[in-house]
Amino acid sequence: MASGSLVLAQLESEAIEIIRHTSATVKKPVMLYSIGKDSSVLLHLAMKAFYPAPIPFPLLHIDTTWKFREMITFRDQISKQYGVELFVHTNKDGVAANITPFNTGISEYTRVMKTVALRQALDLYGFDGALGGSRRDEERSRAKERVFSVRGVGHSWNPRMQRPELWRSYNSLLATGESLRIFPLSDWVEADIWQYIYQENIPVNPLYFAKVRPVVKRGEQLIMIDDDRYPLNPGEQPQQIEVRFRTLGCYPLTAATQSSAKTLPEIVDEVLNVKLSERATRLIDGANEDSMEKKKIEGYF
Amino acid sequence: MQQPIIRALTCGSVDDGKSTLIGRLLVATDSIPQDTLEAARFTRRSGSTIAAGEVDYSLLTDGLEAEREQGITIDVAYRSMQLGDDQRLILADAPGHEQYTRNMAVAASRADIALVLVDASKGVREQTQRHLTICSVMGVEKIIIIINKLDQFDYNQDKFNEICNQLAPVITQLKLVNPTFLPVSALYGQNLASRSEVITWYKGECLLELIKGFKPNKQVANYPRLDITLNKNTPSGRVIYGRVFGGSISNKDKLQLWPAKKTVEIAKLFDISGEVQSVGDGQSVALQFTQEIDAPRGDILTSPDYPLEFNNRFKAQVIWLNEAPLIRSRSYTLISGVTNVAVTVTSILRQHNFTSSDSSVSETLAVNQIGVIEFVADSQVALETYSKSKEFGNFILVDRASKESIGAGMVIAALGSGDITTHSYQIGKQQRSAQKQQSSKVIWLTGLSGSGKSTIANELSNQLFALGKHVYVLDGDNLRSGLNIDLGFTPADRAENVRRVSQVAKLMVDAGLIVIVALVSPYLSDRQRAKSIFEADEFFEIFVDTPLEICQLRDSKGLYKKAKDGKISNLSGVGQEYEVPTDPNLVVDGSKEVAKIVKEIMEKII
Repeated sequence: MASGSLVLAQLESEAIEIIRHTSATVKKPVMLYSIGKDSSVLLHLAMKAFYPAPIPFPLLHIDTTWKFREMITFRDQISKQYGVELFVHTNKDGVAANITPFNTGISEYTRVMKTVALRQALDLYGFDGALGGSRRDEERSRAKERVFSVRGVGHSWNPRMQRPELWRSYNSLLATGESLRIFPLSDWVEADIWQYIYQENIPVNPLYFAKVRPVVKRGEQLIMIDDDRYPLNPGEQPQQIEVRFRTLGCYPLTAATQSSAKTLPEIVDEVLNVKLSERATRLIDGANEDSMEKKKIEGYF
Repeated sequence: MQQPIIRALTCGSVDDGKSTLIGRLLVATDSIPQDTLEAARFTRRSGSTIAAGEVDYSLLTDGLEAEREQGITIDVAYRSMQLGDDQRLILADAPGHEQYTRNMAVAASRADIALVLVDASKGVREQTQRHLTICSVMGVEKIIIIINKLDQFDYNQDKFNEICNQLAPVITQLKLVNPTFLPVSALYGQNLASRSEVITWYKGECLLELIKGFKPNKQVANYPRLDITLNKNTPSGRVIYGRVFGGSISNKDKLQLWPAKKTVEIAKLFDISGEVQSVGDGQSVALQFTQEIDAPRGDILTSPDYPLEFNNRFKAQVIWLNEAPLIRSRSYTLISGVTNVAVTVTSILRQHNFTSSDSSVSETLAVNQIGVIEFVADSQVALETYSKSKEFGNFILVDRASKESIGAGMVIAALGSGDITTHSYQIGKQQRSAQKQQSSKVIWLTGLSGSGKSTIANELSNQLFALGKHVYVLDGDNLRSGLNIDLGFTPADRAENVRRVSQVAKLMVDAGLIVIVALVSPYLSDRQRAKSIFEADEFFEIFVDTPLEICQLRDSKGLYKKAKDGKISNLSGVGQEYEVPTDPNLVVDGSKEVAKIVKEIMEKII
């Protein structure tokens, strides 16, 4: 790297080593692409890892059918721009059973449309290693996770008996029925992601930038009304407020924050002075105390 | 220059005040979001004496559900803190309990600094010694011994000195270089983020100052080494990928390519941002040579004067991480960076009380034990000594069957390679098989004692002989009266037994024979190693699946009666485990008639 932060340079080199090791040792790897900022960084790192050769594995997006419309547009544009194959998978059984964010409880919706969908897709294509953009600073169960994290039969995670991971001597060997989740961004923190996006000029979704958008208030949270499927209260009209998103997910479950940060430097500045934890705007994490750990045990990313 | 990323581990148990200490550091470095901090003002553990509205720092690092239930740390948690301008601390919070020693080893393996907590009210405990031992064995450069809870003793210097004195013999024994002793109170934040104003007799730096000032003991010489991770053909030619350690490399540099010992010249160097002139220590890089040379994953590039040595015999210190013990004569997969090679353990010296002066020769090494092992690798590898290079002197051992990481190793010395050159002969396996009008192979019969292996082998041999085939039976019991007369029935001896029999079978296959092996061979990884020395179409594993009750009823050798009478303890299926094959070529029901079983083998295998 010509200039910039030495911390970022080292995080970048380590992430690239992990991506290359995955490609060299895992039979059929895939990169989970969630369209968010971490995915943007991971994709950029993958491009760098193999340059001047193309990225040697495809992307996989789990589409719950409730993503922001701007996410889907961005996804299709990015896969073209990077010239990388994209698989999109939706749990059709969940759609047929009319599982929505509103009618079954958030936990069940997440389990069916995200966790089960992911397991289905990995089995369908026979991917035995999935790269993901999760970071250890996001959440306490993620703080415990290995870089090369083994999943047992049925993609389950056993946090009590994780495979020891020492030095940089990564063990990506698998017994029958096992698979891997690989987290090259494990040691990155949220501010690193934004600084790196700024430094490398990485394309990110427009939803991260402040703009006047139609929102309604649910409790303390601001929900953007992205289409006519969102149940409004009688007589309720969405308000036009300047907001941006700190994380992206299903639009009815991802709250916006009031912000006027319209440029990358403004976002970096905002993140460095942030007062709330990143996942506070994620409605699915609050569903119960240990939700992330439980979801991960079931096979969630 | 300051090191951009410093890795530290904390060891000590929850009641040593470790969570409080980490919580204090997180807040002092502004690494905790406001909502988490607010929650810690009003949430309380039962029995907490911290006033409502005050922050309970110990709540900031809560872990897994299972950990909260049991009130202990099971696995390492990683937390990042910004130390200052472009400097980062990654803290690996390690468990203290002996049961989870493997996870402490995980944290220690990459740590520059160890923060070892001692609770002043409890003094030096056995686990403090264990923690210091692991830090010493794994070569953690800087050790800071934090003597906590001095507030309970009015910050008395005598109390502090008393504990330092208690630790002195351990420090001498472990040859720890200049550990720092730091008096603190995590509860009241004394000597953590700023120098204490109440511990007036201590004149040194506070914890954060000690961490920020860390300077690695780097070798000064520029000895770059790059182990090749990937090799890809691109439209613009072949590209080599890897990461440089120990120095920098530049465009037009002439480097040595190992093991071919060729001199190569760099034509193009890409760091990850594009074409560049040079890349430094620790950077990931892609490069192209001036000539088209194939350099696959595992090949090594170094500076021309780099003293690289390839060997297949090594001595290493090993921390055993798995419930199932390390077994002499058994084969394991060794992984060190991009190196992946099968190794066989040839000797084990178990270290007691963690010191090399007090040790004994052993057949096994149990979980959490430390030992010095010698091993021989299937091929020549360029491992370095751990004291010279942590990056290239470390390895993990992996179980061949379960693929679990089960041991952590640090190379002490290479023991040479025996200077053996193998000769090749003009007449080979193909010619010798063709002469006998057969394809040579091994039929490996595994199963319990009394399952019918020898009977099946005998009948199979008869039928093949009658067909004019050149066949030989290697029977486990028969071999034990000659070749294997020195071996008993411990797991280590069984591993050696399987190794010898498989090597004899390999010679016979090379001679063009059809070899039938009748051997209990109860362990998966031993059988897997046996299989691995043959070509894919040469080795057929047949599991003679006979229920234990039938074997016991037959008891042709009287072994089951002896086991029942307590006269022998190592009988497979009774006193010792028999690991059922997971992927055999054929399973035969040993309770059926021999003629039917042999017919099935003849049809499906021969």
